[in-house]
Amino acid sequence: MDHNNAENKKVFAVLAEFENPGKLMKAAKLVSRAGYAKFDAHSPFPIHGMDDAMGLKESKLGWIVLSHALVGFSGGLALQVWASTYAYPINIGGRPFMNLPAFVPVTFELTILLSAFAAVFGMLFLNNLPKHHNSIFNSDNFNRVTDDKFFICVETDDPLYNEEETEKFFQDCGCVSYEKVYE
Amino acid sequence: MSSNSGYVEEAPLVKGNHTFSSITALVADIVEKPTPFWWYIAFGISNLLLGLLFAMLGYLIWEGTGVWGLNNTVAWGWAIINFVWWVGIGHAGTLISAVLFLFRQGWRTAINRFAEAMTIFAVMCAGIFPAVHVGRIWVIYWVFPLPNQMQMWPNFNSPLLWDVFAVSTYFTVSLLFWYVGLIPDLATLRDRVKNKLAAKIYGIFALGWTGGNRQWQHYEKSYMILAGIATPLVLSVHTIVSFDFAVSIIPGWHTTIFPPYFVAGAIFSGFAMVMTLMIIARKIYGLEDIMTIDHIEKMNIIILVTGWMVGFAYIMEFFIAWYSGVEYEKFAFVNRAIGPYAWAYWIMMSCNVIAPNFFWFKKMRRSIPVSFVLSIVVNIGMWFERFVITVTSLAQDFLPGSWAYYSPTWVDVLTYVGTFGLFFSNFLLFLRFLPMIAIAEVKMVMPQADPHYYDEDGNEPKKSDQINEPNIKA
Repeated sequence: MDHNNAENKKVFAVLAEFENPGKLMKAAKLVSRAGYAKFDAHSPFPIHGMDDAMGLKESKLGWIVLSHALVGFSGGLALQVWASTYAYPINIGGRPFMNLPAFVPVTFELTILLSAFAAVFGMLFLNNLPKHHNSIFNSDNFNRVTDDKFFICVETDDPLYNEEETEKFFQDCGCVSYEKVYE
Repeated sequence: MSSNSGYVEEAPLVKGNHTFSSITALVADIVEKPTPFWWYIAFGISNLLLGLLFAMLGYLIWEGTGVWGLNNTVAWGWAIINFVWWVGIGHAGTLISAVLFLFRQGWRTAINRFAEAMTIFAVMCAGIFPAVHVGRIWVIYWVFPLPNQMQMWPNFNSPLLWDVFAVSTYFTVSLLFWYVGLIPDLATLRDRVKNKLAAKIYGIFALGWTGGNRQWQHYEKSYMILAGIATPLVLSVHTIVSFDFAVSIIPGWHTTIFPPYFVAGAIFSGFAMVMTLMIIARKIYGLEDIMTIDHIEKMNIIILVTGWMVGFAYIMEFFIAWYSGVEYEKFAFVNRAIGPYAWAYWIMMSCNVIAPNFFWFKKMRRSIPVSFVLSIVVNIGMWFERFVITVTSLAQDFLPGSWAYYSPTWVDVLTYVGTFGLFFSNFLLFLRFLPMIAIAEVKMVMPQADPHYYDEDGNEPKKSDQINEPNIKA
């Protein structure tokens, strides 16, 4: 990536690299305690306990999935009841048109189908994905976040961000490297 | 606690002295290395078989289902057998990715990606048969609840319609689950491959993943929910497949044991298929450190257990047929064992009930040639199980006057052979272009991924402190 005219560009975020998951988690705790809001801890795999270390609230995904599951359930059942009793009743040897036990499988499958869509697309929605541009990728070092590197990123529009103080803060946390990422 | 209790260390899931980056390299470099020569040969053969499949389907659609060996008595033949067989194989992928995830079985990470890919391709092969067996494929849309000029709606009382919903939901959910698992690994490839175009394509599918914990948080929740809904889904799919038989009143089909027995059989054959593919892949791609002999042993134990569940069901069916006092039921089962299809029944019994017993012995469970051969034997046996169920009950039904003997035609056989072309063409493309092991998940089960592995200052423990470091992942 071209950084030749980096001086003219706005700093988007600062990126502090840590050696391992243990140090990353420790640092994340300190960042969160210091009161930073627009920060994130990047790692090649999810780290158990990081949500608490960062002080994140429980994901709301479950509620999204539940609402879709209910739509799938009631929609699936309504479709079958409507089609079998009103739109296209088929008389099979005088058996009842509204045959609820027989409607269980399709109702169940549609509940699952809508839940799955909600679980995947709801997750993408909450994560703000797909995202076609993200300035964080302007850091060459960041390429290895999907391999074996661990970073904490603080965006410069965080109210607590201060060029010198934030740098000093991360140096005290024991980061391996510290860099500014330009827009 | 008494003084003689000790901590038994769990065997590490990843063998060899791997670091995070060597794991990435081990898996991701396969995609970057030049295509091996054998791949072209295998892909060529698979494509020929795929062509054969298209030719057979074209011939079938052109001529009608008369080109199959079906007759008035036996109206269901290889099409339904192959459908159940393929869809059953697919179930192991979901079992490994969802059920073992819920049970916190860390060893699943070595094989889940692989097995999920197998699921998707197996369900594709399965889906072909019910679609083309309708005869008039051009009106297949009648099975979907689509508003149409005839103001006609599907019959929701029919198990065959439940199948449509079950299998299409299953395929969709498996694909979504697989893709969600792939996102972090696609990001790894995006950041890694040298080819600009490839990086762009992986980048598009990685959706802008940054590995931030704010993303991982929702991601893990999503994965957990998907695993939670895929588990009842996989049970429901094979239950509904068994309803195709069990809801009818044909002797030998109309039994309540069918749903659990079909699910056990599906897991049995699916694990065998994963085993077959895995033994080849780990050797060719040098992945023995990730897909270890311990994995093979664990899978063989599952094959042994599910094999006996299936065996129990075979015996229980006989008992219930006798205990029910229904003459037709009794006849149907005795006829299976000594009737005109006894040869198929005994192939099934020897492959499914007798063969897996080798796995009682640790030496056999940990032997690669034995595992490989038995995994194929099991799948032959499971194909015959479906053959026995489908054909024997139909061929000798209530009226001796309508009895008939069913044999497949060359079109039946070549269509089945052709589905292997579809399966392996897709599978080879997957091996070539996608990470065949869930890289991020394997890293997660390594001891150094746990923040508690490090001391208070976040330094790696010295070798001497490292004894009995538990491998906690929960």
